[in-house]
Amino acid sequence: MMLQPVISMDSPGTAPAPAPALEVSNLTVEFPTKRGVLTAIDDVSMRIEPGEILGVVGESGAGKSITGLAVLGLLESPGRITGGKIHVGGRRVDTLGEDELTKVRGREMGAIFQDPLTALNPLFSIGAQLVETIRRHTDLGKEAARARALQLLREVGIPAPDERLKQYPHQFSGGMRQRVVIALALAAEPGLIIADEPTTALDVSIQAQITALLRRLCKEHRTGIMLVTHDMGVIAETADRVAVMYSGRVVETGRVEDVIHNPQHPYTRGLMAAIPSLHDRVETLTQIDGSMPRLNARPDGCAFNPRCPNAGPRCRRDRPDLVTAGPSLAACFLHEGGTQ
Amino acid sequence: MLAFLIKRSANAVFVMLSVSFIAFMIFRFVGDPVDLMLNEQATQAQRDELRIRLGLDEPFIMQFGTFVSNAAQGDFGISFRNQQDVLGMISERFPATFELVIVATIISLVVGIPLGVITAIRRQTWYAEAMQFVSIIGVSLPSFVVGIGLILIFSVWLGWLPAFGRGETVQLGWWSTGLLTHSGRMSIILPALSLSLFQITLVMRLVRAEMLEVLRSDFIKFARARGIPARAIHFRHALRNCLMPVVTMTAMQIGGLIAFALVTETVFQWPGMGLLFIQAVTFVDVPIMAAYLCIVALIFVLLNTIVDITYAMIDPRLRGAEK
Ligand SMILES: Nc1ncnc2c1ncn2[C@@H]1O[C@H](COP(=O)(O)OP(=O)(O)O)[C@@H](O)[C@H]1O
Ligand code: SF4
Ligand SMILES: [Mg+2]
Repeated sequence: MMLQPVISMDSPGTAPAPAPALEVSNLTVEFPTKRGVLTAIDDVSMRIEPGEILGVVGESGAGKSITGLAVLGLLESPGRITGGKIHVGGRRVDTLGEDELTKVRGREMGAIFQDPLTALNPLFSIGAQLVETIRRHTDLGKEAARARALQLLREVGIPAPDERLKQYPHQFSGGMRQRVVIALALAAEPGLIIADEPTTALDVSIQAQITALLRRLCKEHRTGIMLVTHDMGVIAETADRVAVMYSGRVVETGRVEDVIHNPQHPYTRGLMAAIPSLHDRVETLTQIDGSMPRLNARPDGCAFNPRCPNAGPRCRRDRPDLVTAGPSLAACFLHEGGTQ
Repeated sequence: MLAFLIKRSANAVFVMLSVSFIAFMIFRFVGDPVDLMLNEQATQAQRDELRIRLGLDEPFIMQFGTFVSNAAQGDFGISFRNQQDVLGMISERFPATFELVIVATIISLVVGIPLGVITAIRRQTWYAEAMQFVSIIGVSLPSFVVGIGLILIFSVWLGWLPAFGRGETVQLGWWSTGLLTHSGRMSIILPALSLSLFQITLVMRLVRAEMLEVLRSDFIKFARARGIPARAIHFRHALRNCLMPVVTMTAMQIGGLIAFALVTETVFQWPGMGLLFIQAVTFVDVPIMAAYLCIVALIFVLLNTIVDITYAMIDPRLRGAEK
């Protein structure tokens, strides 16, 4: 794929890409360990269209981050993709070598990680880091790259960008640093951004600003965003569609309003019931009785069966796949002829 | 910045005063210098005359005051052994040691840093493992063994390089340098190598450990996610974050080597301060020992300042002026 042109702010996403921003099909990620192979991601599929935000939600350890890292080709050994395909903007990326991946990362897919305090190199000015990234992905000269850096800072809402460019990460607040991180992720206008818990480390008062910024950028640039979070409130306000993950699998996926108001999977129902009000940002996902099984102690059949109020013998025997369930898709035998 | 400088200088003055006090006390503990300097047959008149000439008839505090003010002007008196000006003797020897140590340090950084980076980023390969293993040997070999081995190979067997001495030197003011003549440059190779071998392994192991630590950090992961190529990640982003401890260690090593290069200087008959110091200790030549102590202390104080300035150059968080 050719270098993408730098799209200016006032002509948002003129070239409608027919290919989805991200298409993950039947992805499996394993960690070979001394005591056997751990399957962290088990047959996961998801799809993000340009200009769409897919919220990926689930308890800690559900496999959200690993999914994102697998897409970016940043799994740390011994973790590896053992099955499935990943397409980014129509291009298959899971089979690329490291050299090729280095060219795709940043250019066709960007990333935003949880902790903005540690995501920036403390020894380089943010201008240097922006210019480095811009020049890596475009053929802009020094001056043009600097101008582009200024434009990016303005776009993510950093006041006085001229002065800010010369400053170092420690001179920025957490929220401002996350804006810089977003500017860096946007530098080459990638079609896909993986945002892994982008607001979790921030002050509650800043969180809404950052999610609003992500949403605006997504719509203006028609970027597909995978928004990983364990905060249902963030999903409700920001995402278009949602994928609920549990123990390495997607257990329910659908439009946000459907999943929130009409959850189909018992786990999702538990999640929603545990939220007193969607506008109170409380950590809620662990309020379902019990906890998610560890990877090496996953029960047979449906991984949710030890905690599920509806579990039947079939649930302990067979593993449910995603099937149509009301307006959404859910992996539960209740939608596939019962649990007996 | 000004406050920093003032604090720093006050600190340095305090350190130097303490060291000169210790140096001065050595005089008092090693016995009466008059006895040391004159032979048995000297008359009482000769003794008194020398005592007055050395200022030993004055009260303690006055003597210390005189010692400090003389030392500050570079006057450390005359050697007990050969009655020569101490500063002159040291400034004859100091350039030899200093050049040796600096060349050895440069070698150790130029070789040790890339080796450290490579062993860190290629840590599963056989050659990285092999280098790790060899470096353990390097750390544990005594430097005289290394020196003798180098002489054996490069001077005795191959006959490529001189085995001892400093070669021809050129005088630049009071500084005599061997780096401007061919024989001087050839002569410095073996002793510098032998001095640097231990340091190379130290630098390599330090850089390796720091690199492994830094490569795990979030900003490296994020740099990779931005599509920054591996070379730039390793040598620009990661290495720079490893440099502070390397700077500290290098400075301490420079100080240490200047003070204790004597083994290497003995093996290679290098006319440096180490040899001078050994002779001074053998003959209880107190003025030389005192001057040596003060100069080494001064070097450490200067190195510390250089370290702080380098820190601030590397790390913007340590620069005072922040908005
Ligand atoms: N290096 C590793 N070795 C073994 N298991 C791992 C490793 N990294 C992550 N895992 C496992 O993969 C699962 C998914 O982790 P992760 O994607 O980080 O969860 P989260 O949904 O909280 O982001 C977890 O159960 C975790 O224990
Ligand atoms: S398949 Fe069975 S155990 Fe799993 S969620 Fe559905 S009812 Fe519960
Ligand atoms: Mg995570």
